Amino acid sequence: MWTRDNQAARAAQELRDGFYVNLGIGMPTLVANFIPAGVDVTLQSENGMLGMGPFPFAGEEDPDLINAGKQTITELDRTSYFSSADSFAMIRGGHVDLSILGAMEVADNGDIANWMIPGKMVKGMGGAMDLVAGVKKIIVLMEHNARDGSPKFRQACTLPLTGKGVVDMVISDLAVLARPAKGAAFRLIELAPGMDLDTLRARTEGHFEA
Amino acid sequence: MANKLYPDATAALDGLLFDGMTIMSGGFGLCGIPENLIAALRASGVKGLTCISNNAGVDGFGLGLLLETRQIARMISSYVGENKEFERQYLAGELQLEFNPQGTLAERIRAGGAGIPGFYTKTGVGTLVAQGKEHKDFGGETYIMETGLVADVSIVKAWKADPYGNLVFRKTARNFNPMMATAGKVTVAEVEELVPAGSLDPDHVHTPGIFVQRLFVGTDHEKRIEQRTVRQREAV
Repeated sequence: MWTRDNQAARAAQELRDGFYVNLGIGMPTLVANFIPAGVDVTLQSENGMLGMGPFPFAGEEDPDLINAGKQTITELDRTSYFSSADSFAMIRGGHVDLSILGAMEVADNGDIANWMIPGKMVKGMGGAMDLVAGVKKIIVLMEHNARDGSPKFRQACTLPLTGKGVVDMVISDLAVLARPAKGAAFRLIELAPGMDLDTLRARTEGHFEA
Repeated sequence: MANKLYPDATAALDGLLFDGMTIMSGGFGLCGIPENLIAALRASGVKGLTCISNNAGVDGFGLGLLLETRQIARMISSYVGENKEFERQYLAGELQLEFNPQGTLAERIRAGGAGIPGFYTKTGVGTLVAQGKEHKDFGGETYIMETGLVADVSIVKAWKADPYGNLVFRKTARNFNPMMATAGKVTVAEVEELVPAGSLDPDHVHTPGIFVQRLFVGTDHEKRIEQRTVRQREAV
């Protein structure tokens, strides 16, 4: 079983030198703590910033400088600022190499649901639909099973979709599932320590190749 | 030169407001919001508003101030998760809500300001967002049509302005403000500093003055921080 930090570190192994990357809110933000030595990546924040730096030191917070999670952050020597329209031109125009985001459900055809639970309060999709539709590679970080034990990698999503057929890789606390191309089947790439194939299958509803 | 300068937010909005109007309001979260103009809208009592804004403020600040007084009838936003009064009014059916993906919202405003009535995008294909919208294939991929947005009045927040209405924004407080400035039939800019004509580098103007009809220097900007996150200095 992997911890959230283990999952984030595993996701960081997918970063390549020179990548422009958008990290979603929650577990994906942890990926920034595990960028491998010698790999230089530029973080994009969809509210209008390229080259996102770490949190500021106490007393140095700037209310005009936040990330998409509304957290105070800092700039780097490479930083640029731009409007939301330019930001989503980067995202929707296919200029961002990788997006790592959370999900409530992923289906074995690459569908993802991560923005809405009908009947409960709907907060909105923010930039998630744009990211999954426009970014070159989509990695999902999520728990393999929901709190009630139900599988989150499914034959079909039961919740309203964020995007159709868009997910390339799922890194859960139990395993890494990935596919070589959109439209291909997911394959088991890696098992977390202590996990075996039979247990994984028992805890998974969606199809994957071993 | 037409005088674009007004003494304050109330004066800058004078004669522009009517019940049932559409207002675009700049900002992302509480960053880069026109605080003085929102307060003046509240004091004006104008109601039945359609507000186009990425977010809906928080309880008691930003557009949350206009939700408290029930002045907003309809919101077009991408994310409203930080506002309990919003949730209550929406679940009680008192408030209409149209969710747009954030990039679609930004592009709809950009298009509206540029005189483009519609465009196609991949964002939202196969989701609730695509329902009822025209689908069209380009190069073997399916896209949906989205329409441009305009407003009766756009209220934006900038860092600096000159008397001609040329605007400069600061850091991530830029966000939706530049597009909204282009998409208002009348655009009112609230700025932190008015600088003399000729002192802005023309190469560094973010919003050219043609898009700004009225401007004033705001006061007492609170610039509330939603999520104060810091790191510790390492001991030397």
